[in-house]
Amino acid sequence: MQASPPAGTGVCFSAARRWRMAETVFWLAAAATFFGLPGYHLLLTEIAIIGLFALSLDLILGFAGIASLGHAAFFGLGAYVAGLLGKHGWGDPLLGLAAGAGSAALLGFLTSFLVLRGSDLTRLVVTLGVALLLGEAANQAAWLTGGADGLQGVEIAPLLGRFEFDLFGRTAYAYCLVVTFVLFMVARQIVNSPFGLSVRAVRDNALRARAIGVPVNSRLVAIYTVAAAYAGIAGALLAQTTQFVSLDVLALHRSADVLLAVVIGGVGYLYGGLIGAVFLKVLQDVFAGLTPQYWTFWIGLVLVVLVLVGRERAVAGARDVVRRVVGIRRRTS
Amino acid sequence: MLTILFDGIAYGMLLFVLACGLSVTLGLMNFVNLAHGAFAMAGGYVTTILMNRYGVPFLATLPAAFLAPAVLGVALERTLYRQLYSRSHLDQVLFSIGLVFMAVAAVDYLMGSQPQLIVIPTWLQGRVDVTVAQVGIYRSFVIAVCAVLVVTLQLVLTRTRFGSQLRASVDDPRVARGLGINVSAIFATTFAVGSGLAGLGGALGAELVGLDPTFPIKFLLYFLIVVTVGGTSSLTGPFLASLILGVADIAGKYYVPAAGAFVIYSLMIVVLVFRPNGLFASAR
Repeated sequence: MQASPPAGTGVCFSAARRWRMAETVFWLAAAATFFGLPGYHLLLTEIAIIGLFALSLDLILGFAGIASLGHAAFFGLGAYVAGLLGKHGWGDPLLGLAAGAGSAALLGFLTSFLVLRGSDLTRLVVTLGVALLLGEAANQAAWLTGGADGLQGVEIAPLLGRFEFDLFGRTAYAYCLVVTFVLFMVARQIVNSPFGLSVRAVRDNALRARAIGVPVNSRLVAIYTVAAAYAGIAGALLAQTTQFVSLDVLALHRSADVLLAVVIGGVGYLYGGLIGAVFLKVLQDVFAGLTPQYWTFWIGLVLVVLVLVGRERAVAGARDVVRRVVGIRRRTS
Repeated sequence: MLTILFDGIAYGMLLFVLACGLSVTLGLMNFVNLAHGAFAMAGGYVTTILMNRYGVPFLATLPAAFLAPAVLGVALERTLYRQLYSRSHLDQVLFSIGLVFMAVAAVDYLMGSQPQLIVIPTWLQGRVDVTVAQVGIYRSFVIAVCAVLVVTLQLVLTRTRFGSQLRASVDDPRVARGLGINVSAIFATTFAVGSGLAGLGGALGAELVGLDPTFPIKFLLYFLIVVTVGGTSSLTGPFLASLILGVADIAGKYYVPAAGAFVIYSLMIVVLVFRPNGLFASAR
């Protein structure tokens, strides 16, 4: 799948790397939600996690052009690893994150070789197959994962030995926000590095990239592994903050939701995943309020309309609105 | 042993009828239509509604189960799908997943989330002991219907004017159009027949594989396996792939129930690793 290059591709890359004012505003706004919206910490935590997950999908979809219908495989694996560690006495949050990232990266590395071959369609089917395979494994290994009842009894130790995870999700939100921020900065470095540029070259034209000496396959393996590790961390965060893991983390709708988040926010644009996560969660909340049981209908409608209108146009329009709103907020504050 | 083989073949035949429409749109027209299962579900629900609410006999509902999704398919093709033929695969995936979500929620809203039951006529129930195996009568019926469909499809595709026009349109739409073939009408007809067949499959399969609003999601991977493993160059590939998948699935569930769906998923991944273009792909 040749994702169309984002609007910014034409500009000088050093300009793309430069830190912009709007980015500071974005992260300040994110930090402000911690103090300004204390009643919404649980929802915000979820947004931060989905944002990180979407960021990870964007690394392979937007920057490497690999379409995946099974990204939830890594998310779910990270969640189960962190959850199991917590259940069996290793409740240190950072240890859980590292283990989740490591195991997901290993799975990503192993399955990346399946993704290298074949067309878009083969990739879609293979990624979907891997996710379903893991889902089935988690379902069957009920002695380990709790099966359909979910993994219960996860206990997470205080963060850095000092901050307890409280009932209102204060610690959890701060923790998720900081982890997402740090990983975002790392991803920003990665995509703007020479390595990141060569990955984008592969996306735009694998044949020519190979001709100018880019080792196409090893680049794809590397970015796929990194994205898997990111997804694993997002999953681990979910397991630690909710202290519960269910089969739901590996389900198809996880992969579809995160795809939707990336697409709403904009493909091939690191902030796209984060913004898309905010939109997705708000949409879900609104739709669930309208028709509790049938909100997937509206999500489906959003997808269909988004594609028919044209993703680029819809996203650009939304971005304009956001920019205007942010501008107003900056002026009034 | 032979009973399992027989059940597997019946299942595989059913899968083929369900998925062959997809193998045309996806394989030949290169459109990733993940919403194919929604048409199958539509057919299944047409049959259950006609039977359970209006008391129409089972056989009489089958034409309706073909026609309703076919009309639906044409309507959607003319209005929505055709705009997406030239778009990227990602757009097509997103669009059709959106349709799946809408179909699942809509059917849930209209019909309820419980599985639908149909009562097949008594003369189709039961099993007959042939010396070597137990043969289900309904399954034999399914096999017979599907076999007729397979042969008809193959003949239409290879022997008729329509078939050669379709193949020409797929190979090179521009040249076909230049030769005076109405390509978009051909595609619309093909889409309609594919959707109709899926609906028929859904109606026939309601008894064998069940029917509830999550049908399009549950069978999504099965359809994709049939198409990708079977390759897309002819109908023979998907047909053989359906049979293998049907037999492997039934045998897997019977012999190693603990392994569940592992058997077919791993089989599929292995096949796609070694033959990325499908098991029976000819060099194209």
